[in-house]
Amino acid sequence: MKIMNNTYQNLMNRKNEIMKKSVGLDYEKYELEGIGFDFELMMNDQGYNIEKIKQIQKENMVGNTPLIELKNITYYARKYAKPGFGARIFLKDEAANISGSFKARRAALSVNQAKKLGYKGIIAATSGNYGAAVAALAAKEGLECIIVQECFDSKNISQPEILEKARKCEAYGAEVVQLSVGPELFYSFLKLVDETGYFNASLYSPYGIKGIETLGHEIAEEIMEKVGKFPEAVIVTNAGGGNLTGTARGLKDAGALDTLVIGASVNLYGLHMASDYDFNRKSFTTGHTGFGIPFAVFPDRSDVPRSAARPLRYMDKYVMVNQGSVFYMTETLAILEGMERGPAGNTSLAAAFSLAQTMKETDIIVVQETEYTGAGKHSLPQLSFARKNGIEIKFGNPIDEIPGKNIILPKNGSYLKHQDIDINELKKSYLKRFKDVDLSSNDYKYLCEELRIDISEVKDLMK
Amino acid sequence: MIDKGTYVRIRKTILKPEERSDNLPEDTKKVPFKMWIKGYLMEDSDLFDIVNIKTITGRSETGRLKEANPPYKHSYGDFIPEILTLRDIIKRDIRGENHE
Repeated sequence: MKIMNNTYQNLMNRKNEIMKKSVGLDYEKYELEGIGFDFELMMNDQGYNIEKIKQIQKENMVGNTPLIELKNITYYARKYAKPGFGARIFLKDEAANISGSFKARRAALSVNQAKKLGYKGIIAATSGNYGAAVAALAAKEGLECIIVQECFDSKNISQPEILEKARKCEAYGAEVVQLSVGPELFYSFLKLVDETGYFNASLYSPYGIKGIETLGHEIAEEIMEKVGKFPEAVIVTNAGGGNLTGTARGLKDAGALDTLVIGASVNLYGLHMASDYDFNRKSFTTGHTGFGIPFAVFPDRSDVPRSAARPLRYMDKYVMVNQGSVFYMTETLAILEGMERGPAGNTSLAAAFSLAQTMKETDIIVVQETEYTGAGKHSLPQLSFARKNGIEIKFGNPIDEIPGKNIILPKNGSYLKHQDIDINELKKSYLKRFKDVDLSSNDYKYLCEELRIDISEVKDLMK
Repeated sequence: MIDKGTYVRIRKTILKPEERSDNLPEDTKKVPFKMWIKGYLMEDSDLFDIVNIKTITGRSETGRLKEANPPYKHSYGDFIPEILTLRDIIKRDIRGENHE
C-alpha cells in the first residue's frame, strides 16, 4: 500500500486555490460550457497591446535585437541545394536581450504584472534561460525572486548547463532552489508559492506568451523594411509551445498572415523526461521533443489551469534535428559568421540550414533566436559531460543517432538534414483525450480552433 | 567547525521513495526526491549536521550541511578534439574540398 505524505496530499488538494492567488488571474472567467475556453478573450483581456508591451520591454533593455542576414551560412546551405534553391537565412540575435535570451521578453511582462498587482516577490519554475530573465528583471524592479530548478540526479550529478543558469540567477540576487529529477518539482514549487505569497511567473500565463508577440512583430516589420516583403518562413525552437505561440501571434498581428510558422525540436525520442537515469544522458535540457510533443498534444498539462501556449493553433510544420547537428551548427555559426552563441538556442538554426535548401533562393527564412553562451552552456562542457556519462561521440549520419547512447556529428554539411514530425499524428494524440466525451457542437467548434481544421477532419482524426 | 553566519549549501530529502508520486519510471521511484539550497548558517555547526539556514530571500530551511562557501564548479569541461575536426570539416565544405 502506498504511504501518503500528509503535507504532500494536503498541499496538492489546495492546488487551485494557491495557484489562483499567485497569478492574480481568474481563469474561471474564460471557461466555456463543455471542454473549451475562450483563448482569445484570455489573451486580450489582460490590458497589454503590442505598443504597450514594446514600451515596457524598451524600458527594460528587452527587444529590438539585431536581425542579421547569415550570408555565409546561406552560401553554405546552397552548396547542397538544387539550382535556384536555398533560401536566404536571417537570424534574430536574441542573446542581445538583458539576461541573454528571448526569455527576457516573457519575463518583462510577468515582472511588470507582479509589480502592478503589488506582489513583493516573484517565483518561477524553470531550469532554463527563463530563470535568469525573471531574476534580472525582478532585480531591476526591486522584487524578491525565487527560481526553482530540476537540477541533479540521485548521484548528485547536475547538468552543467543548469548549473550555469543557477549561477546567473544568483548573480541577479535571486534564491535558487535546486531539486532532483521528478515531477514532484510542482509540489515543492506550490509549497514555496504558498509560503511566500509571491507572484507565479508561469511560462504559460498570458503574460508569458504575450511578451513574445513583439518578437514576431519585429521580424515581420524588419524583414519588410529590409527586403520589401514578409518572410516566407519563420522557424522557432519548440519546447513548451510558448515561443512558437507568441511569435506566430506577433507575425499575424503585424500582417504577415502567409508566413509559415515552423517548429523545430532536438530529437530526444526514447529518453524519459522523469527518469533519474536518463536525466544526465541528454545534451539538451530544453527545446527537445521530450517537452515539444507532450506540450503540443496536451497544452493544459502546464502549471496554470489554461495554458496560453497552444502550438497546434499556429504550427504549419514541425521538424526535428539530432543533437549532433545542433553542435555542428553552433560551430558553423562561430566559424563562418563570427557569432559564438549557446548550443540550445541554435536548434532552429540547424533545422533552417536544411529547410532553406527546400525553399527558393528568393525566399526568406528567419531563425528567431540565439542565446548567450558561457561555462557549462557551450559545446565543450556539454559534449564532455556527455562523454563522461558514457555517451559515444562520433562522426557519421545523424539519422543513426540514438539519444542517450550516442551523439552523431554530421560527417559534413550534406548530412545535416531535418526530419519531419507528422502534425496529423499530434492532432490525433490531442483528440484521444476526448474519445469518450459526448461532444456538443460548441465543443467541436473549440476543437476546430485548437487544431485549425474543420469539423469533418476532427471527426476523421478521432476515428 | 563552521561559524554561524557562513554562507552554506544544505541538502534535504523532501519525499522518501515510498512517498513519491505515482506514474514515475522505475529508476526514479527507487530514489528519494531531494533539494539543495543555499543560505546563511544560523548556528555554529559541523559538516553533515542537520542545520537551520536563512536563505537570500529571508526564508528558513533545514537540512544536512554539505558545503561552506559553495563554489561554482561548472566549467568549459574537458577539451573535445572532435570540435577541431568539426571546424576543419566546415572550412573544407565551404571551399568545396569535401567530395563524397
